[in-house]
Amino acid sequence: MGMTMTQKILASKAGLDKVHAGQFIEAKLDLALGNDITTPVAIREFKRTGRTSVFDREKIAIVPDHFTPNKDIKAAEQAKLLREFAKEYGIVNYFEVGEMGIEHCLIPEKGLAVPGDAIIGADSHTCTYGALGAFSTGVGSTDLAAAMARGTCWFKVPAAIQFRLKGKLPKWVSGKDLILPIIGMIGVDGALYQSMEYAGDISSLTMDDRFTVANMAIEAGAKNGIFPVDEQTVEYLSEHASRPYTVFEADEDAEYARVIEIDMGALRPTVAFPHLPENTRTIDEVGDIPIDQVVIGSCTNGRITDLRIAAEILRGRKVKKGVRVIVFPGTQAIYLQAMKEGLLADFVEAGAVVSTPTCGPCLGGHMGILAAGERCVSTTNRNFVGRMGHVKSEVYLASPAVAAASALTGRIEDPANI
Amino acid sequence: MSKVYKYGNNVDTDVIIPARYLNTSDEKELAAHCMEDIDKDFVKTVQPGDIIVAGMNFGCGSSREHAPIAIKASGISCVIAITFARIFFRNAINIGLPILECEEAVKNTDAGDELEVDLASGVIKNNTKGLTFQAEPFPPFMQRIIDAGGLIASI
Repeated sequence: MGMTMTQKILASKAGLDKVHAGQFIEAKLDLALGNDITTPVAIREFKRTGRTSVFDREKIAIVPDHFTPNKDIKAAEQAKLLREFAKEYGIVNYFEVGEMGIEHCLIPEKGLAVPGDAIIGADSHTCTYGALGAFSTGVGSTDLAAAMARGTCWFKVPAAIQFRLKGKLPKWVSGKDLILPIIGMIGVDGALYQSMEYAGDISSLTMDDRFTVANMAIEAGAKNGIFPVDEQTVEYLSEHASRPYTVFEADEDAEYARVIEIDMGALRPTVAFPHLPENTRTIDEVGDIPIDQVVIGSCTNGRITDLRIAAEILRGRKVKKGVRVIVFPGTQAIYLQAMKEGLLADFVEAGAVVSTPTCGPCLGGHMGILAAGERCVSTTNRNFVGRMGHVKSEVYLASPAVAAASALTGRIEDPANI
Repeated sequence: MSKVYKYGNNVDTDVIIPARYLNTSDEKELAAHCMEDIDKDFVKTVQPGDIIVAGMNFGCGSSREHAPIAIKASGISCVIAITFARIFFRNAINIGLPILECEEAVKNTDAGDELEVDLASGVIKNNTKGLTFQAEPFPPFMQRIIDAGGLIASI
């Protein structure tokens, strides 16, 4: 029996010819990542190891992105801890405000994730880099501490669900409208302890679509989501990465726990209702849902393609009176690109605000907190109770197209109606 | 003897410890807000040794280790669930918060029941109902981390 793509990467990083689902392995890491929420605990645990140096100064990335620019004094103290640790241990890939971005937009952009890598991050959306054919997964702070010390991490080799894709995404349907129905179908624990491996015709998915799809693997409970490497991946890497890489492919006879076929041509814009990402409905089934706020951005949908789609809908139009629209580009480079293309002007002229890159509103940190009874259409990844603010607020997850269309009418809207 | 707090499926780390409190990693401060978005009485009534019993996918969502840290620091001695989200599972093992997967125990235990748990054998006794359950023991690989007192102590 052959191996899945994930299993082949893990075998390679564990120095083994073959691994099987359920096996415990110790894998060498190509990158260990932390942010301003999770790294302070990791630093505390790292110091308990008594080590005076990290395993590799170039293979650790520290990105203060959650509560930055610092939202309060405590957040500033946490960010300071990161800054001082990075300086003391000579961490090469520390990204200060001004250089930083939302970590999962920034890491691929900086060429720090390439195909065949094994990457951990003390952030659940670290699974994003599966879009590039890497194995990457979220862990906690103590795992990050051990990884910074030793450059390895233990894993239980996952089984996999294979998603065989065919067809092309219709107009106004994007990666978000692929992953949300998948989560709706298999549930928020549908891929628990497993990989989500994509196969088939992926040519109509842009790299930004793939980042969105891989990013939300964790919302189905998965260890990782992973795409094969194709011409688009290679082109993306030629623009961003200089490190050599190895392309792994699933064996023809790899075993899957489940195979699910999806015709992308039949997908509709999809919305996840409160309070779980699995509560999905197509745009045709949402009914009349008035909204108070729209958030466009995040590690899920804060990339240039996402902003282009939103701007295309908002350009020359006005946000519905009484609706607050917050756009937050994923990185400084995306921000600059959006500025050069005139997208930021489109947003501001429509009546939206444009924020610096930050995770802030997505997790109810800052820059867009909801009051009791308020509803938000958001391109982010979670709609749990209290996720974006008050426990009696509501978050509806959707694509940039649906979010932008909703901003114009003040209710959850089909972009085709604009 | 330990009193049970019972919760449903998909208890996420945002409700275990809301992000608005993540500007600290002090375990006492985190414990002071543990579970507050789904159970405001939890921190007022929890006693050292008490047990959380929950359904499927406990600890889903964010990777914040602050979640198991808050639970442990609140005095909870063990979390029993049908399944755990994978990052929470790792984090709990890594910081030494005892966790057990046991569907039968979850289905036959109510809030307020008195439980006795033997972690080494995985035996769970519900003294209120007079029932005994057997949880899956940990694989040897994980047991070594637990025996060492957590991941950092094991390296």
